[in-house]
Amino acid sequence: MLPIIFVLPLLQLIILSNAATFEVKNIKFAYIDNDHSASSRALIDKFEASTYFDVLTVFPSETQASSAMLKGEVDVFLEIPSHFERDLQKNKTASLGVTINAIDGAAAGVENVYVTQIVQSYNKQIKTDLMQVSDAQIQPVTITSIPLFWYNETLNYKTFMVPGILVLLVTMITLFLSGMNIVREKEIGTLEQINVTPIKKSQFIIGKLFPFWVIGMGLLTIGLIIAKLIFNVPMIGDLLLMYFYTSIYILVILGMGLFISNFTDTQQQAMFIAWFFTVIFILMSGLFTPIESMPGWAQTLTEFNPIKYFVEVMRMVMLKGSGFVDILPQLVKTLVYAIIMNGLAVWSYKKTT
Amino acid sequence: MKKTNVIQVEDLTKMFGDFKAVNGITFEVKKGEIFGFLGANGAGKTTAMKMLIGISIPTSGKAHVAGFDVFTQAEDIKKNIGYMSQKFALYDDLTVKENISFFGGIYGLTKARIKEKTKELIEDLGLQEVSNQLVGSLPLGWKQKISFSVALLHEPKIVFLDEPTGGVDPITRRQFWEMIYKAAHDGTTIFVTTHYMDEAEYCDRVSIMVNGKIEALNTPKKLKEQFQVDNMNDVFLKLARG
Repeated sequence: MLPIIFVLPLLQLIILSNAATFEVKNIKFAYIDNDHSASSRALIDKFEASTYFDVLTVFPSETQASSAMLKGEVDVFLEIPSHFERDLQKNKTASLGVTINAIDGAAAGVENVYVTQIVQSYNKQIKTDLMQVSDAQIQPVTITSIPLFWYNETLNYKTFMVPGILVLLVTMITLFLSGMNIVREKEIGTLEQINVTPIKKSQFIIGKLFPFWVIGMGLLTIGLIIAKLIFNVPMIGDLLLMYFYTSIYILVILGMGLFISNFTDTQQQAMFIAWFFTVIFILMSGLFTPIESMPGWAQTLTEFNPIKYFVEVMRMVMLKGSGFVDILPQLVKTLVYAIIMNGLAVWSYKKTT
Repeated sequence: MKKTNVIQVEDLTKMFGDFKAVNGITFEVKKGEIFGFLGANGAGKTTAMKMLIGISIPTSGKAHVAGFDVFTQAEDIKKNIGYMSQKFALYDDLTVKENISFFGGIYGLTKARIKEKTKELIEDLGLQEVSNQLVGSLPLGWKQKISFSVALLHEPKIVFLDEPTGGVDPITRRQFWEMIYKAAHDGTTIFVTTHYMDEAEYCDRVSIMVNGKIEALNTPKKLKEQFQVDNMNDVFLKLARG
């Protein structure tokens, strides 16, 4: 069992960190060129040059392109109207039709940005090409913003995801192990034997916590090593601080697990409840979707999500190099949470019925 | 010389909703006695026993075990009793030795004492060969004997045995009862439930529960006289059938 506890999560870390990406690549792109001009050709070349788009085919009409999208063969198609070049030269403006498959809204948004960027860059290019002397005087100064991405300059999503996924793994393993533990002893009958001994309730809970706490810390250690060696995630902050925070965080999760275990009669029930909370905690942790974009009530709910704090602290310390004072709010909340959960775990463990 | 009562029960009742699982039982058990606690399945034996070992709070009545009140001093009772349940209750995934040191530790035995006891126990039961094997891999009869010895580890005043010989072969049962006699001889009080009527004959006194009440309580000999039958089996049948 022990090898399974360590090997599976680390495999997950390696697989998920590589797979759970927000980048949209290999977009299946098609176009309808009604203009067949040098300008339209130049625009399409731009798409072909992009690494994000795989230019598939050219469709003679919009109907065919639409039906290809319906079949899922095309993600994005661009329709260049007839007289595209003429309009550009005469009226200095022309319109393009872009259709994006938005079943996955997030991906569609990203695709839209890519298309816009390519069209803009094309725009700039033809501006210079078509510019006449008289235009030069009235040409407005273009304002360009040059973003600086702090703490993750290259926008490497792995830098962002690896600490988060490590958090999930530590949480899931410790929650499930502790959640199944006491209830398992109920099932096999050893709990009754323990209940007729003079052991104190708090001694029993501490005895249950400690081994899982060690396992959790061990998982963190191996996870960090992998993060460094395989993913080369920067670790700017103090590792000791991270261990200190994690040591308290794991107590929250273990207290929760033991609380669940005390309240259930079978391992299936415990598993079911543990799953319920894990899914909510993960999806509302800010790991995959930003908390800022959730509705108000959901944002309030996330205040009770321990994973949220762990993700925040992990990213703050690892990527920003935050110190003790910076993570103090999270630390205090987690500590209070740990005290409450373990209090509940001790309270809910009944030696008598 | 009058022996002291180590278990004193008066009008003890346990209700589950409207159902009286144990209905006002009264009895006492003397020090060093082997007390057989009989009854059909569902008669309330296990419920009554759970109240006496402090894991179930009685609805009403009075009970003292080893001088402590079951209502207010359950944890003190637990220090002074041993318990072996119907379900085999050692840890299957620990070795024999590990189980002994685990339970020894819970009862607060010193390391030296645990070591001494482990050696003694393994020699007594002839377990030298298997002392480092997982308990789960041992035959049931062996497990039961180890379980009993572990229940005696902290030298309790009273040992509660809940159907200790269920599913065990006759030879092992015989050996098991020899262990019980030895413990009783050393001054430990034995409180045992069983479905084997030949075992009931081995007890000093026997009580028979029917529908939550104690219908008979006496020595096996006197019970047989009272019901004018030859063996405990017939006593039981007469009572349980009503």
